[in-house]
Amino acid sequence: MVSEPFIPANDGVLITVEDLTMAYGARVIMQNVSFTINYGEIMIIMGGSGCGKSTLLRHMIGLKMPYRGRILFGVADISRVDDAQRRRLLASFGVLYQGGALWSSMTLEENVALPLGEFTDLDARAIRDLVSLKLALVGLDGYQSYYPSEISGGMRKRAALARAIALDPEILFFDEPSAGLDPVSSRRLDDLILEIRDTMNTTIVVVTHELASIFAISDNAVYLDAVTKTMLACGDPRDMAKDPPDPRIYEFLTRGET
Amino acid sequence: MRGDALVVAFAGDWKLAADVPRVAALSLEGSTGQPTSIVVDTDNLGAWDSALLVYIINLRDRCAALNIDLNLDALPPSAVRLLTLADAVPEKASDCEHCDDPNVRERVGQFCLAIFRDVTEMLAFVGECTAAMLRLCCGKARMRRQDFLNSIQDCGPHALPIVTLISFLVGLIIAFLGAVVLKRMAAEFYVSYIVGYGILREMGALMVGIIMAGRTGAAFAAEIGSMKVSEELDALRTLGISPIEFVVLPRLTALVLMMPLLTLYADLIGVGGGWFIAVATLDISHHQFFSGMIDVVGMADLVMGLVKSVVFGVVVAFSGCLRGMHCENRSDAVGAAATRAVVTSITLITITNALIDGIATLYGI
Repeated sequence: MVSEPFIPANDGVLITVEDLTMAYGARVIMQNVSFTINYGEIMIIMGGSGCGKSTLLRHMIGLKMPYRGRILFGVADISRVDDAQRRRLLASFGVLYQGGALWSSMTLEENVALPLGEFTDLDARAIRDLVSLKLALVGLDGYQSYYPSEISGGMRKRAALARAIALDPEILFFDEPSAGLDPVSSRRLDDLILEIRDTMNTTIVVVTHELASIFAISDNAVYLDAVTKTMLACGDPRDMAKDPPDPRIYEFLTRGET
Repeated sequence: MRGDALVVAFAGDWKLAADVPRVAALSLEGSTGQPTSIVVDTDNLGAWDSALLVYIINLRDRCAALNIDLNLDALPPSAVRLLTLADAVPEKASDCEHCDDPNVRERVGQFCLAIFRDVTEMLAFVGECTAAMLRLCCGKARMRRQDFLNSIQDCGPHALPIVTLISFLVGLIIAFLGAVVLKRMAAEFYVSYIVGYGILREMGALMVGIIMAGRTGAAFAAEIGSMKVSEELDALRTLGISPIEFVVLPRLTALVLMMPLLTLYADLIGVGGGWFIAVATLDISHHQFFSGMIDVVGMADLVMGLVKSVVFGVVVAFSGCLRGMHCENRSDAVGAAATRAVVTSITLITITNALIDGIATLYGI
């Protein structure tokens, strides 16, 4: 496997977002965002719809370049690393996209096998065994030959999670993992996220606005505000709920109920 | 009037299906001029729906513009609650940036910028595709064999029925038109010249190019556009895999390889269509038709058609993949990408065809 850890944690800090400003063209959508994520932590990025949570995630996984500021993994700035470093950095990420983003022309087995084929020298049999293991971990063993269009939305999400953990990544990114799932499936996914962190010591970044998930799995959270276009708070969401640093955060964490 | 107040009384049903009056039709001029206030009376109001609410909102706007007080106390409580809900929207859509109506200069500027952006994107895409092709030639590109074979099947065998039909009809039409004109000059024999020269050099490749633009180029754009909307391309990028190599290359290489074969096939079928008309309607034997054609049509004409087919293959695959890769992240943009792919393909096919013909004429080929 690939996994001798690539990213050296700096005083326990694995990811540093430093004075980040995000923009589409000249339109700034969020500015001066700064926070750190510790090794093995579950960090929630929360905020109302359209505030820029998913955009922040896209910046963190290198799909978008910062307008200003930087994002460090250990000491490596993801927007400035060379191709070889970038490839090693990407190999240490696993990403679960909002809709799963499974490659529709491939079976579940091929979907999970692709990262293994790309980043390891394993032979076909070893890859097949690993795919079975990863699919079994998410409760989908036996579905190897199914295409994404042949399974339900919840199963697609779990299959995408199997692909995301294929390389035993150091960091897992989840974009709205509960979107489109029923409450029971959503809770099971939360349990799975906690299980992955506890067993594999993976650092996890989750974009969500599901309060149940936020309180169930988070160690820390940042709150992004669409009106001021800034990060209003960073900390344990349970503490934020007890002693809200801003009325908007209180309103968000209590669903606006008085 | 009730004192200084104008009473607006609602009677009967105020529903969308009914023909309710408009606020503009309401005269605010009483016998003593403009009233200082308006009172709503709903004693005789029957059933109502959004039609009543829209009337009240328009009436309120008009009163605000004329500085007239509006008393809505008599409205049904549920209507008041709905109006309160409508007023609670924090940000009116009029604040949005899309609502600005640009003037002519701005539109011209935006149009020019859009063309500049389009050309820049095209050039960047050409560069990326060329680099990916070079990596493929060096054996370094990451392209799945299965995707390549699927594309071969889609661009080749699956296209045969439509290519057969269109090519046969084109050959038939060329021969028929030629026969009508040549008959007047008693030169029917030369119909084989027109069919052979026209199909092999020009129409075979052109028709296959246009068929593939509508069939395969649009499909490429829609497939890749859908992949973009469902974040499948992002998933590739986060694995460090270039979507150009993984998604574009199999389609590009498959179509470029299949185009000359399809064109050869179309040439054969098109000539067959012309032969059918010549033998069935003109007094020409099989031998006369084919020997006449071989006399005038040379290998250079066949090769010219095949060269064009390769160029058209590049153009169609390039346009389809380009429009798919630049599809916006909305499901309705996938359809638009497919349409743009066909338009771009056909435009570029026409231009490159004219260029190749021009160059060939210049060099006497």
